[in-house]
Amino acid sequence: MSSNVSRRVVLRGTAAAAAGVALLATGAQAADHTGHTTDHTGHGGHGTGPAAFDEVYKGRRIVGKPVTGGHEAHHGGFAVTVDGKELHVMQNADGSWISVVNHYQVFDQPLALTRAAVDALRGATLVPIAMN
Amino acid sequence: MAVRKNQANLTATEKRNFVNAVLELKRTGVYDGFVRTHNEFIMSDTDNGDRVGHRSPSFLPWHRRFLIQFEQELQKIDSSVTLPYWDWTVDRTANASIFGADFMGGNGRSRDAQVTTGPFAYSTGKWTINVSVDNRNFLQREIGAAGTLPTRAQVDAVLAMPVYDTAPWNSASEGSFRNYLEGWRGAGRVHNNVHVWMGGQMATGVSPNDPVFWLHHAHIDKLWSDWQRMHPQSAYLPAAGTTNVVDLNDTMRPWNNVTPAQMLDHSSYYTYA
Repeated sequence: MSSNVSRRVVLRGTAAAAAGVALLATGAQAADHTGHTTDHTGHGGHGTGPAAFDEVYKGRRIVGKPVTGGHEAHHGGFAVTVDGKELHVMQNADGSWISVVNHYQVFDQPLALTRAAVDALRGATLVPIAMN
Repeated sequence: MAVRKNQANLTATEKRNFVNAVLELKRTGVYDGFVRTHNEFIMSDTDNGDRVGHRSPSFLPWHRRFLIQFEQELQKIDSSVTLPYWDWTVDRTANASIFGADFMGGNGRSRDAQVTTGPFAYSTGKWTINVSVDNRNFLQREIGAAGTLPTRAQVDAVLAMPVYDTAPWNSASEGSFRNYLEGWRGAGRVHNNVHVWMGGQMATGVSPNDPVFWLHHAHIDKLWSDWQRMHPQSAYLPAAGTTNVVDLNDTMRPWNNVTPAQMLDHSSYYTYA
């Protein structure tokens, strides 16, 4: 959860940096906070879709947006990239999210999940794993 | 008969034999096949779709079969080797003997989370991470940086739950021994939280890259066995006819020749010391 993310950030002594980039939230995300988001997932019952985002976090460009088709649609209708490389994410039945980098820890929103992935990556580049 | 022991009770020879067999599976490429299989299931098991290895009733029999297969591969190298289990309700710190240089090795260093001690440190040349979600090829751990190890009281609360699993048979199941042990629900978030607490690859979809994976899951498997003895009248659920879910007598991928019913009794494969 977000408290764990904060704890990890604090442990690395970069809390101030993290707080700074949080202020860089994009217009798309700000709009979502008004509650006018649309569920693009194609799955009824998931409720309001997660907030889209496009920001630089710890020097990494992180983008999250709704998608309507393909692999991501099966996993919650939301696609995330870190510096243009796909971060595999999945929505749980209760609306929370996980990623392939944090697969046993749930997050309320893809943004927190993506920032946690950047924390864990420590500058490393995501590599897609071919599925059979 | 194979006997699975608490890792804390292994002799120096037993630790060495286990480590050497694991390293040999790594050298031959057999090990990485297990990592790849696990990740394929964890990425494809979804709450509203087909689910076999995780977030579903077959989480426990699937991992039991997965561990038996791994143990059998170890035994082809050294017939004396069995999977030890790690009781993290007792051995709860990065200083515990499980993380000694003679066994699993220690925590990652602060700079890059790289494990630098023990037989699985990258510098040994014997443990390169090949199946990965990113471009780092060394084993990583961030012990205790996130998550909390479940306590004995939290485990006991889960073991007291009498119903094996409940609809909707996924990560949202309430009143479900399986889901509370797996850790999508419950104060302890039992199985999941151990992965989070370890950090590094253990927190990811390619978690079997860390040999601690097997010791963790052997303990989860033992807790299922303990639960069965506590609740002899409680059956695996669901019994039949459930969409996207492995019923009692359905076969499980990837083996396609084994059912949960055939995995309920481990005693023909191994016993617990």
